[in-house]
Amino acid sequence: MHALCRDCLSQIAPARRCPHCGSPRIKAHEELFSLSIAHMDCDAFYASVEKRDNPELADKPVVIGGGKRGVVSTACYVARIRGVRSAMPMFQVMKLCPDAVVIKPRMQAYAEVSRQVRAMMDELTPDVEPLSLDEAFMDLGGTQRLHGAPPAVMLARLVKRMKDEIGITGSIGLSHNKFLAKVASDLDKPRGYSVIGKAETSTFLQDKPVRLIWGIGPAAQASLEKAGIRTFADLLRWDRRDLSTRFGSTGERLWHLARGEDRRRVSANAPMKSISNETTFFEDTASTEVLDGHLWRLAEKVSDRAKAKQQAGRVVTLKLKRADHTALTRRLSLRDATQMADVIYRTARDLLDQVGNQGPYRLLGCGISDLVPETQADITGDLLDPLATQRAKAERATDSIRERFGADAIRKGRALR
Amino acid sequence: MKISIERGTLLKAVSQAQSVVERRNTIPILANVLIEAEGEHVQFRATDLDIEVVDKAIAQVERAGATTVAATTLHEIVRKLPDGALVSLTADAATGRLTVEAGRSNFSLATLPREDFPVMASSEYQSNFSSPAGMLRRLFDKSKFAISTEETRYYLNGVYMHVADGDEGKALRCVATDGHRLARIDADLPAGAADMPGVIVPRKTVGELRKLLDDDEMEIAVSVSETKVRFATPDITLTSKVIDGTFPDYTRVIPQGNTRRLEVDAKEFAQAVDRVATVSSERSRAVKLQLDEDRLVLSVNAPDSGAAEEELAVAYSDERLEIGFNAKYLLEIANQVDRENAVFMFNSSGDPTLMREGSDQSAVYVVMPMRV
Repeated sequence: MHALCRDCLSQIAPARRCPHCGSPRIKAHEELFSLSIAHMDCDAFYASVEKRDNPELADKPVVIGGGKRGVVSTACYVARIRGVRSAMPMFQVMKLCPDAVVIKPRMQAYAEVSRQVRAMMDELTPDVEPLSLDEAFMDLGGTQRLHGAPPAVMLARLVKRMKDEIGITGSIGLSHNKFLAKVASDLDKPRGYSVIGKAETSTFLQDKPVRLIWGIGPAAQASLEKAGIRTFADLLRWDRRDLSTRFGSTGERLWHLARGEDRRRVSANAPMKSISNETTFFEDTASTEVLDGHLWRLAEKVSDRAKAKQQAGRVVTLKLKRADHTALTRRLSLRDATQMADVIYRTARDLLDQVGNQGPYRLLGCGISDLVPETQADITGDLLDPLATQRAKAERATDSIRERFGADAIRKGRALR
Repeated sequence: MKISIERGTLLKAVSQAQSVVERRNTIPILANVLIEAEGEHVQFRATDLDIEVVDKAIAQVERAGATTVAATTLHEIVRKLPDGALVSLTADAATGRLTVEAGRSNFSLATLPREDFPVMASSEYQSNFSSPAGMLRRLFDKSKFAISTEETRYYLNGVYMHVADGDEGKALRCVATDGHRLARIDADLPAGAADMPGVIVPRKTVGELRKLLDDDEMEIAVSVSETKVRFATPDITLTSKVIDGTFPDYTRVIPQGNTRRLEVDAKEFAQAVDRVATVSSERSRAVKLQLDEDRLVLSVNAPDSGAAEEELAVAYSDERLEIGFNAKYLLEIANQVDRENAVFMFNSSGDPTLMREGSDQSAVYVVMPMRV
C-alpha cells in the first residue's frame, strides 16, 4: 500500500498522521502511484474567487448569480449547508438563506484566475483538457521521471499551490480513465482527493446510479428507467447488441462505461464544435428593437471569439427562450463560412424575423457551428450585396482599432440599444 | 373505367406525371395520379399543389371513367412490363381497386376517389405565345445552373423569365443567380410575348419543363400570368405557380467596365480546371488563375492534400493578374459554352468577372471571385 501526505507531499507508509508534518490528510491507495489520469475541479469556483478578493465574506453564505429573477450559478459551501443549490431561483435562496450575499458574476476575474490555474496545470503535462473555467482533465502518464515524482504527488502539489499561491481550492479525482476520474473528483468535495483504482472499479460502480454518467440527464434517465436500468449493475445485465439496438450509439458507450471502460484520450486541443453566446434579460421582452440590440452585441462577442481562435462557422444558430422556459432554435447554413459579426448578425436577424412574434422572451442566444479554419471563411463576395465587402472592410478596420485602443474604443450605434 | 393502351405510350405518360409527385407526402391523394378516360384518350394528371402536369395519350377506351392510384407504384409496374405489351387498366367501383393486366401479369391497386383529387384552378393568362422547344431549352438550360437553393432568399430559387431590352431590340430573357454567379440568356422575342409579365419560374418547374423540350421542332404554347405559367405541347400541359417575390435588379450586378480580356478554348479550359481541382478536398475548391502575356497558369494549393498546376496557351495581352475562383463555379460557366471560345472580362481580383461565348452577346455570365 502506498500513501501520500497531501500537506507536505511526502511519500510515506500508510499512517493516521504524517510522520513528517503531523497532518492527518493522508491519501493511501494500492494503485496510488500507478494511476495517471486526473480530473481537477475547483470548489465553488466563482464564490471562492469572491471570498478570496473580499475576506469579509469568508464565513458568510455567498451566492453568485444575478438579475431580478436570475438563478444561482454558484453557491459557496456555507450557502450549500443552508440548502442553496446551483440553478435555484433567487427568491428561493432568499427564503432559505435571507442573509445570503448575492454577487453578480465577474467573469473577467474568474477567467483571470482560471488562466493562472491553467498555467499551473500546463507545468505538469502538455495533455490538459479544460472542460470549463474551473475544471479540466489531465493525463500525467509518462511524466514521473520528468517531475521526479509520481502523478499522485504532482496533483497534490497542484492543489496545494492553487491554495497557497492563488487562494482557491480544488478537488482531485485520480483514476485510469476520464469517466472515472471525473466521477472521483466529485466524491469528497471540497478539497477532496479521491482515487478509483482498476481493482475496485467494478465494485465501486456496481450500485451507483447511471446518472453518474456525464450526458445522462433526466430525459435519458427516464428512458433508461423504462428499460429497467437504474444502476450500473442493471446495465451489466444487458447484452452489448441489445443495448445498441435500443439506445443507438449511446448504448455502445453505456456497455463500455458499465465495465468502467472509457477509451477517450485526454486531448489538449479537443476540436471546438461551436462558438456561442447568450444572455438572459433582466425583464422578459418582445421588443424587436431591444432584441436587435442584444443580437448585435452577441454576434459581436461570437465573432470576437471566433477571430481570436482563428475559426469560422458555416452554420448560424439563433436561440430564444420564452417566459415559460420553452426554447426555440433556428439555424441556417451559409454557403461561405464566416467569422464576421456583420454576417452572423444579419443571418441571425433573418432567423429572428422568421420566428416572428412569439415572445416575450427571457433569453436570447446566437452562435456559429460546423467550424472551419478562418482561411476558408468569407472568401466569396455576394453579387447581390456589393456593400457586404465594404462592411467587411469596415469591420476589419474596427477590429484593428479595438485591438490597439481597447474593446470600447469604437462601437456601432446598434450596440447601444 | 376500362382501357387498353400500349406499354410504351403508357410509360411515357405516367413517368411525366409521377416525377411531379413529391416522394414524401402528408396528403395521401397527392401521391396519386388521376386517370381519366374518355373518347379515344386517356389523361394522366398529377400535382404537388404548386405544379400540375396533364399528359394525354391515345388509348382504346372500352368504358369511360376516372380513378386515382399511387403514381410511383403504377410507374414502377409499367416500367417493369415487357416492351410492346398491351396493358389494360380496369377500375372496379365496387371493390375500389384498379386492375392492371398485361400478358400473364395481373396487379390490383388501391384507389382513392377522383372527387378528392385537387385540380389546379384555371386562371386568366395575360400573355399567350408560341415558342420553338429549342429556344426555350437554350434559355433554361443555360441559366438553371445559377439558381439558388438558399431558402432565405426564396426569390432566387428560380429562373426570372421576362421581356427585356436586349442588344438587338426586345428579347425574351432568362436570368438566374445565387449571389455567387449569374446567368443572363436572351432569345428573340416571340410574337405576342411583348406584354408578358416577368415571372420567377421555380426550380422544380424548370426541371419538369425540360422534359417537354427534347424535340427541337416542337412548338410550345406558353401562357403567362402574374401568378402562373403554363407550357403546353399537344400532349402535355405543365402548369405551375410562380415564385411570389421580386427578383433583384440584376442589371447593376453585371459589370460594364471590365477591360482585361482573356480568350480561351472553353473545353480545354474546363478540363484543366477540373484536373487541377482534383487535389483539393475542401468543400469550396479554390482555383487560382495567373494571367500573363498569352499565358494562363491554373493552380490549386491545398495545404492538407496537395498542389497542382497547369499551363494553358491563351489570348491575353493586359497586365498581369492573379484571381481566384471556386472551381465548381468556373466549371459550370465554362460548360455553358457550346462551340465558341470562352471570353472572360476581368477587372481586379476582388471584382465580379464576366464571361461570354465568343462574340455572342445573347448569353452573359458573371462569377464572383474568391480570395486565394
